[in-house]
Amino acid sequence: MAENQDSVLAAEYPLLSDQKALSLPKRPFWVITAERAFEWIIRLSGVSAILFVLAIFFFVFKEAIPVLFSENFNIVQFLFSTKWYPTSAVNVRYGTFSLIIGSFSVTILAMLIAVPFGLGAAIYISEFCEKRRKEMLKIIIELLAAIPSVVWGFIGITVMSKLIVNFTGAPAGVNLLNGGLILALMSVPIIVSIGEDALKAVPDSYREAALSMGATKWQMIYRVLLPAAKSGLLAAVLLGIGRAAGETMAVLMATGHSVQIPMSLIDSVRTLTANIAAELGEAPAGSDHYRVLFLTGVLLFCITFAVNLTADLVIRGIRGK
Amino acid sequence: MIQQQSNSSSRFTRTSFTSRKEWYETAAKWAFLIMAMSLVIPLLMIVGYLIFKASPSLSWSFLVDVPIRGMREGGIWPAFIGTLYLVIISLLISTPVGVLAAVYLNEYAKDNFFNRIINMAVINLAGVPSIVHALFGLGAFVYAAGFGYSIISASLTLAIMTLPVIIASTREALASVPMSFREACWNVGATRWQAIKAVVLPNSISGILTGIILQVSRAAGETAPIMFTGAVFFKAVEKGDLFPYQLTDQCMALSMHLYTVATQVPDVKESIPFATAVVLLGSVLLVNASAIALRVWLRNRKKW
Repeated sequence: MAENQDSVLAAEYPLLSDQKALSLPKRPFWVITAERAFEWIIRLSGVSAILFVLAIFFFVFKEAIPVLFSENFNIVQFLFSTKWYPTSAVNVRYGTFSLIIGSFSVTILAMLIAVPFGLGAAIYISEFCEKRRKEMLKIIIELLAAIPSVVWGFIGITVMSKLIVNFTGAPAGVNLLNGGLILALMSVPIIVSIGEDALKAVPDSYREAALSMGATKWQMIYRVLLPAAKSGLLAAVLLGIGRAAGETMAVLMATGHSVQIPMSLIDSVRTLTANIAAELGEAPAGSDHYRVLFLTGVLLFCITFAVNLTADLVIRGIRGK
Repeated sequence: MIQQQSNSSSRFTRTSFTSRKEWYETAAKWAFLIMAMSLVIPLLMIVGYLIFKASPSLSWSFLVDVPIRGMREGGIWPAFIGTLYLVIISLLISTPVGVLAAVYLNEYAKDNFFNRIINMAVINLAGVPSIVHALFGLGAFVYAAGFGYSIISASLTLAIMTLPVIIASTREALASVPMSFREACWNVGATRWQAIKAVVLPNSISGILTGIILQVSRAAGETAPIMFTGAVFFKAVEKGDLFPYQLTDQCMALSMHLYTVATQVPDVKESIPFATAVVLLGSVLLVNASAIALRVWLRNRKKW
């Protein structure tokens, strides 16, 4: 049977039965080798992201390690003392508690402003906009995200601080409120774009089902859409927190920079990030002060790592469903 | 006569219930509109204010002049050219690595545990605070690698920092090439790399370009990572000199210069920091706008 078919094929298509025509053309040896080598370079580049993250942790931690064994340093004091006297001659203290509180308070204030506005804007863009205006708003949000942090800081010390002095009567315009407002404006774009993605991921049939039951758009949004997009919106907020907590130049310029636990909105604060930026230039390389700053870097790295990992797991959770 | 009404709830008899629903609907719509607009309008006002305050200094000579009298007057040429140096060198380093990494993630990687870790690493690399990148650059390039405070250290730090930008956008561009294109290649006997080289990359090149442009704007705006690795407050440079720096020199940078004149130098002429901010903001937004324009143009001429 098989032979029969072969002979029929050979009769109809003489070329097909010719084994030479069927064999693969050989590429030169060096072409194959070069391709192999190049594919290994591609693999290596792929792995490079892991290498870089590990390298960042390694090099920052490496510079910080010696201070852990210094007699002036104590890990409990580092985390829970409010006394930050790194350059004192007799009474050196490395307590970052007020810096941690500073970072937290600015981030929380920023989120209190940015989350409602960001999610509100995301809902507006995703649900209420016609197409042209939607495109325009998204472009503006993208441009908003592109403004460099040092320009935000500059806006903080010029425009925002004047407004704050005028409206609140605070003695100085650079304070917790200023930093919070600037950080809110900086983290809103990421909340809007990730939040809008989350809303877009809700199937249209959910919306149609709700509307056909006689729900208004607003009822549809808060009874159907928000619960359905819950985890995506949570991820948006988490990424916004990550952005705000890691921001350096804007808070360095806008928060006023005194090491204290803020008691009101118009108190000046200093954050972990701004502290490194402000003091690293003055700390002699290899000194305890210098190494403690690297240790704060490790702390920051761990905080943002945790936040980003959580956000990633939340997003992955949605895809998994 | 049947009235045409667009609002879904009012096709029925008006009751206090339906009118309350309508009222909520309108209120919600306006509330969300106000929220969205309150992001847009302040931005426009702030940019307008910056330009207004900067106008006394803004001119061509401001760009090509060197700062004089301790940066209290004059232009921004050394900072501008320094930023150009940093951006170009960091781009030369991060673009090949980033594009190839994206090629690996999109074309070669299977969905296994190891590659999930790579994905997570890319996301975390994007989330590492810029000041931690600065510490890393200081520890790794300035001290451990022995490059010292130099353009090369600063560019390497910037390159690693902007890597996630190029990886993300290249991946998106590669993923938008339909699978059938690759399958057609494989069917005629092409190897994986031949298919990528001949079909996938040419079809996604403009998307990759968009990513590179975004990377430029990101690298140009960063301050913290270069502050401790290679950027200095002041460096004497000839007016209009195009190649003033060596790779092992320190340099001035626009973002650093803005920080300096805005906070560190007393008695600066008022319009100078504003003009510096406008130049920095303007160049970054221009670069971004061109990326957006490229993307829109691409989407319109997309063939598949």
